[in-house]
Amino acid sequence: MTPAPTPETAEVGAPPPPPSKKPAPTIDSKGPQRFKALFTWLAFIVVIVVCGIRVDADFVQLFSKNSMDNVGRIMNDLIRPDWSYTGRILPAMIETVQIAIAGTVIGSVLAVPVALLCAVNVMPKKIVTIPARIVLNLVRTIPDLLFAAVFVAVFGIGAFAGMLALVFFSFGLVAKLTYEAIEAIDPGPLEAMTASGANKIQLIVFGVIPQALPYFFSYVLYTFEVNVRAAAVLGFVGAGGIGLHLDQQLNSLRYDRASTIILLTLVIVLVIDYASTYLRRKLL
Amino acid sequence: MNQSVPSSSRLPLIRNWIVGILLIVLFGWSLSAMKFEGIQEYGAQVMASIWEGFTHPDWDYVYLPEGEDLLRGLLETLIISILGTFISAFLCIPFAFWASSNMSRFQAVSGSGKFVLTVIRVFPEIIMAILFIVAVGPGAFAGVLALGVHSIGMLAKLYSETIEAVDNGPREALISSGASKLQVLRFAVLPQVIPQFISYALYRFEINIRSATVLGLVGAGGIGVPLLFALSSRNWSRVGIILLGVVILVTIIDLISGWLRRRII
Repeated sequence: MTPAPTPETAEVGAPPPPPSKKPAPTIDSKGPQRFKALFTWLAFIVVIVVCGIRVDADFVQLFSKNSMDNVGRIMNDLIRPDWSYTGRILPAMIETVQIAIAGTVIGSVLAVPVALLCAVNVMPKKIVTIPARIVLNLVRTIPDLLFAAVFVAVFGIGAFAGMLALVFFSFGLVAKLTYEAIEAIDPGPLEAMTASGANKIQLIVFGVIPQALPYFFSYVLYTFEVNVRAAAVLGFVGAGGIGLHLDQQLNSLRYDRASTIILLTLVIVLVIDYASTYLRRKLL
Repeated sequence: MNQSVPSSSRLPLIRNWIVGILLIVLFGWSLSAMKFEGIQEYGAQVMASIWEGFTHPDWDYVYLPEGEDLLRGLLETLIISILGTFISAFLCIPFAFWASSNMSRFQAVSGSGKFVLTVIRVFPEIIMAILFIVAVGPGAFAGVLALGVHSIGMLAKLYSETIEAVDNGPREALISSGASKLQVLRFAVLPQVIPQFISYALYRFEINIRSATVLGLVGAGGIGVPLLFALSSRNWSRVGIILLGVVILVTIIDLISGWLRRRII
C-alpha cells in the first residue's frame, strides 16, 4: 500500500509526502512551494515550446517518408563498409594519433607552470592566482574546433594547425584539473619544509611535485583520450588527420567508405580509452 | 635471492627511465609529422591584420536590423543546446535503466547497455550532425537532433551510475508491502535520483553550448555558420567579435548553470 499522492504533487512531479506526516500543517506550508514548482515547470515548458518554434523543429518532417528514405539509403551504405579502403586511410589515421600525442604533450608541459601559479597553497598572492584563473577559464570557453578553424586560417591547411588547436585545448583542461589537485595535496610536508627554511623552488620540487605528479599524469592521459576524439574531426575544418578524408567521402556520398573511416576511428578510440583507463587506474 | 634485494629497489627507477625514453621517442615521432611551413608568404602582414582585427572587433555586427547578426547567431546556438539537452535528458532515461546493474537480474543486460552507451559516446557529434543534415536538411533542427542523440551516451552513463548508487531501503520496504514494479520505480527510485539527474543535465547543457558553437562549421546552425564565412573571407574583425561573443555566452551559461547546480544538490 503506497501512500496516494495528492493530484497536485503528481502533476508537478515532486516527491510524494512521507506517509507518517500529518496532513493539516503540510498543506498550509506547502501551498506556496507547490505554486512555485508548478510555475517553474510551466515557464520551462513555455521556453521549450518557443525554442522549438524558433528552430522549426518539425518532427512530422523528420519521420516523413522522404527523410526516412534518405536515412534508410545512408544506413544501407553505412552497414556495408568498404574494407578495401582501409589501407588507404591508415596513414591519415596515424597522423590523427600523432596530432593528439603532440598536442597533448606540448599543452600539458605548458600547463604545469600555470597550474602552479593558480594554486593558492603554492602562490598565496591573490593578485597572481585570480588573473591566471581568469585566463584559464577564457581559454576553456573556446571549443577545440573553433581554435582549429582560426589556426587553419593563420597557418594554412594541415596537421600543424590541428596540433596548435589541441595544444590550447589541452593546456586549459590539464592546467585546471592539475591546480585543483595541487590545492588538495597534504599540507604537512609543505609546512615542515617551510619551517626548516626551504625556498619556493625547493618547496615545489620536493613538496608539491611528488604529491601531484600521479594526478598530473592521470589528467594528461584523460586529456589524450579526449584529444584523440577531437583530432578525428579536426579535418572537417582542414586541420589534418582522418577528418579530411571523412569529409571528402561524405561530400561525395560514399557512405560505405565513410563507414570504414568511422568504424576504424571507433576501434582506435576504444583501444586508446581502455589502455588509458587501465594506466590511470594503476597510477592512482 | 640476496641479489634481488638491491635490484628490486633499482627496478622502478630503470622502468621509469625506459618509460620516459619511450615517451620522448613517441613525442618526437609525432612532432616529425607536424610540418610547419611557416606563416606563408605574407606572414607578417597576415599576423598584423589578425591582430588589428582582434583588437578592433566589428561592433556593428552585434546587432543588424535586417538579421544574420551576432545576437541572433548566439540565440540560435543557445536554443540548439537547450533543446538538444532537453531531448537527451528524456531519451536517456530508458537507456540509463537498461545500463544499471541493480535494475536487471542478469549482468548481460546491463553490460550490453553499457556497451551501447560507449559506442554512442565515441561517435562524434559532428558526424551525427552531418547524418541528420541529410535527413532533415541543413539548419538548426539538424543540430538539435545531433546534440540530442549524442548526449545520450554521456548522460545515460551518469544517470545509470546514480541509479546504481540509490539507497535500497525504500525499495525493499515498498516491495515487501506489495508495490508493483512501476510503483517501486515511481515512489522509491525516482525521488532519490531526480535532483542528481537535473544536475547532470545542467552539466551536459554546459558542454552542449560549446558543441553548438561548432556545429555550424558543418552547416547545422548556430554561430558557427557566420564564423565560417568570416574566417573564409578573412574578415578578422568579425572573427574577433564572434569569438568574443562565444566567450561571453559560454561564461554566462557556466555561471548560471553552476549556481543552479549548487542550489539543487
